[in-house]
Amino acid sequence: MSLSLFLVQLVNGVEYGLLLFLVASGLTLVFGVLGVLNFAHGSFYMLGAYLAWWVSARSGSLLLAIAVGVPAMVLIGLLVERLAIARLYSRDHLSQVLLTYGLVLLFNELQSVLFGNDVHGVNTPEALSFTVRLGEQTWPAWRAFTSLACICIAVTMRQIVLGTRFGMRVRAGASNPEMVEALGIDVRRLFATLFSAGTALAGLAGMLAAPLTTVYPGMGESVLILSFVVVVIGGIGSIKGAFFGALLVGLADTFGKVLLPGFASAMVYAVMAAVLLWRPRGLLGAAAEGR
Amino acid sequence: MTLSRRALLGAAACTSLLPRRLFAAGAAKLRIGLLLPYSGTYAALGHNITDAMKLAATEHGGKLGGREVEWVAVDDESDPAKAPANVNKLIAGEKVDILTGPVHSGVAMAMMQIVRQEEVLTVVTNAGAQAVTGTLCAPHVFRTSFSNWQTSYPCADVLLKAGQKKAVLMFWNYSFGQESMAAFKEGYAKGGGTIVKEIAVPFPSTEFQANLSEIASLKPDAVFVFFAGAGAAKFVKDYAAAGLKENIPLYGSGFLTEGVLGVQGAAAEGIKTTLHYADGLDNAANKKFRAAFKKATGRDADVYAVAGYDTVNVLAQALDKVKGDTGARKELIAALESARLDSPRGPFRFSKAHNPIQDVYLRQVKGGQEAVLGVALKDAEDPAAGCKMGK
Repeated sequence: MSLSLFLVQLVNGVEYGLLLFLVASGLTLVFGVLGVLNFAHGSFYMLGAYLAWWVSARSGSLLLAIAVGVPAMVLIGLLVERLAIARLYSRDHLSQVLLTYGLVLLFNELQSVLFGNDVHGVNTPEALSFTVRLGEQTWPAWRAFTSLACICIAVTMRQIVLGTRFGMRVRAGASNPEMVEALGIDVRRLFATLFSAGTALAGLAGMLAAPLTTVYPGMGESVLILSFVVVVIGGIGSIKGAFFGALLVGLADTFGKVLLPGFASAMVYAVMAAVLLWRPRGLLGAAAEGR
Repeated sequence: MTLSRRALLGAAACTSLLPRRLFAAGAAKLRIGLLLPYSGTYAALGHNITDAMKLAATEHGGKLGGREVEWVAVDDESDPAKAPANVNKLIAGEKVDILTGPVHSGVAMAMMQIVRQEEVLTVVTNAGAQAVTGTLCAPHVFRTSFSNWQTSYPCADVLLKAGQKKAVLMFWNYSFGQESMAAFKEGYAKGGGTIVKEIAVPFPSTEFQANLSEIASLKPDAVFVFFAGAGAAKFVKDYAAAGLKENIPLYGSGFLTEGVLGVQGAAAEGIKTTLHYADGLDNAANKKFRAAFKKATGRDADVYAVAGYDTVNVLAQALDKVKGDTGARKELIAALESARLDSPRGPFRFSKAHNPIQDVYLRQVKGGQEAVLGVALKDAEDPAAGCKMGK
C-alpha cells in the first residue's frame, strides 16, 4: 500500500469512526447513567434518517430537515421516556431488553406504514456536493462536513459533562442517584433530559448519514450492533471511551476491508475480543462497580 | 321446511372434501401455487410477479387449458429456513397442480431439494441461481426468468470491445454475486482481459468508502460490480461522490440500476448494464404488456413482472396442447419444451436444461431512463454446467 493510499484510508477510517461515535455516545450515556439497555437506539438512528429524507424531499433542503428533525427527535425521546422507559429504572436488564426490543419492532412497523419499504436517496446540500482532493484521490465534501460536525459535537459534549452544573448532576446521577435525589435534585427530570438527548444524538447521526448510506428499512439494526461493540470496547458509560472505541472500530473496519478482505466482517469483533482480553472492562471502563 | 343456509354451507363444505379425481380433468379448477415474498425487502417483487401472472390469466379468460385457475399464495418471507415448510404446505397441504416462485435464490435452493423428489410441475419465476437449471436440473422444473450467468457473461464483451482490458471486480459476497463474477470472468478471460483485483464485500454491508479509495489507486480501465436493491442504490451514489465515475467507467448486470434509478438520480447517468429486459424495449408485445399492467395495477411493469407474465403465457400454450390434463406429465413437459413465446423481452424458448434462451440487451442510463443500446448477446443460452438432462 502506498503512503498516499494509506493516508486516505486513515481518513476514511476516522470519518467512519466519528459517525459511529455519534450513535454510540447516546447509547453509552443512557446505559451508563440511566442503567437502561436501550435496544431501540438503532431505531432512533433510522427514524432520524427517514425524517431527513421525508423533510428534505419535500422542502429540498437537508439543513432545514436537520433543523426540524433534531427538536422532533428530542420530543420523541421525551415521549418514549415518559411512556415506557421511566417504568424500567428499577427493573432488571431482562425486562429492559424485552421492552426496548418491542420498541424496535414497533418503530420498524411504523416506518413501514408511514414511509413504505422502498429505498430512498437523500441529496447532499448543493453547497456541499463537491469533492475535495486528497493527494491523487478525491473525497466527497459531505463526508468531511459530517466529520467536522461530529468533532464539534464531541467537544461540546465534553464541555457540558465536565464544565457545567448540568454535567455535574449527570455525573453525580451516574454514580449515586439516591444521594443526588436526597440533595433535592429532580432525578426524574434529569433522566428524561438525558434520554431525549441520547435520542436526539442518534437521530442526528441518522440525518447526517442519510446522504451517505441512503435510507432503507432495517438500517438501524446493523448500526445498533456496531454501537454496542463501540460501547463495550470503550467501557460502558464512558463517553471518552466511546470516542476512542468508535475510532478503533472505524479504523479496524476500514483497514480490515483493504488488507484482509476475507476476514473483513469479523475484524471488528476480533478487535473487541483483543481489547477485552487486555482490559476486561473496556478501554476506559470504571473499576468493578455495582451497575 | 326450507333448506337452511347453514345446511347448505355444510353440504358445500362436504363436497370440497371429496377426492379430486371424482371430477373430470377438464372441470376441476387448476390450482397454481405461488411461493413468493409478500413481506420484507422483496415484497414489491413478489407483488409484481403475482399481479402479472393474474393479468396474463385474465387475458386468457381466466382459464388455462380449459380449466379455471385458482391461485394459492404463500408468503415465503424470502427466508430459506422456512422454505421447506412452505413448499410442503403448497404441495402436500394445498395439493397444487403447478408450483411457481420464488424470488430469493436461497429459497429456490431449498425448494429444489424438495421438488426434485416430487412429481409436481415447477416453474421458477425469478431466482437466478445456476443450480436450478444446472446441477439440480430436473425434467419437471422450468425457469422463466434468467440464470445469473446470462446477466453477466455478455457484459465482458462490452468492456473488451471498448478496449478496456484491465478491470476491477467488486461484489456482495454471496451466491448471486459470486456466480455473476464467475460468469463475467469467463467471458473476460476468453477475450484477453485481465482482472486486476476482486473485492468481495460481505453481504449486506454498504460501507464502500475504503474499497472505493482502493479502486482509485489501482486505476483500472473499468469496474464491473454486482449489487442490488439498497446496496446498488448506495454503491452507485458513492461511486459518483468519490469522483470515480468520470474517470473509470462502471458496469454491472442490470440489477445495478433496476428499480433504484430514481434513488440514484444523476449518479447513475451513463452507467452501462446488461440484462434480458429493459423497460423501454421497442416491440409490440412489450408496449401492450406495459400498458395492460399499468391499467390493471396502477404501477409500472418491470423485469420481475415480465417473468410472471411469461410464466402464465407459456403454461397456457402447453396446457392447451394437453387439454388441461396436468396428469399427462410427459406430454405436458414436451409441450413446454417446444413452446415459443413472443415475450415483452423478445423471443423466448426453453433450453434443454429448461432455462430461457433469450436475447441479452446492453442498456445505458440516459436522462433517468434505461435506454437500449442494442443486443449484447443474441439467443443467450446458459451453459447449464452440471445438468445431465437432455445431453
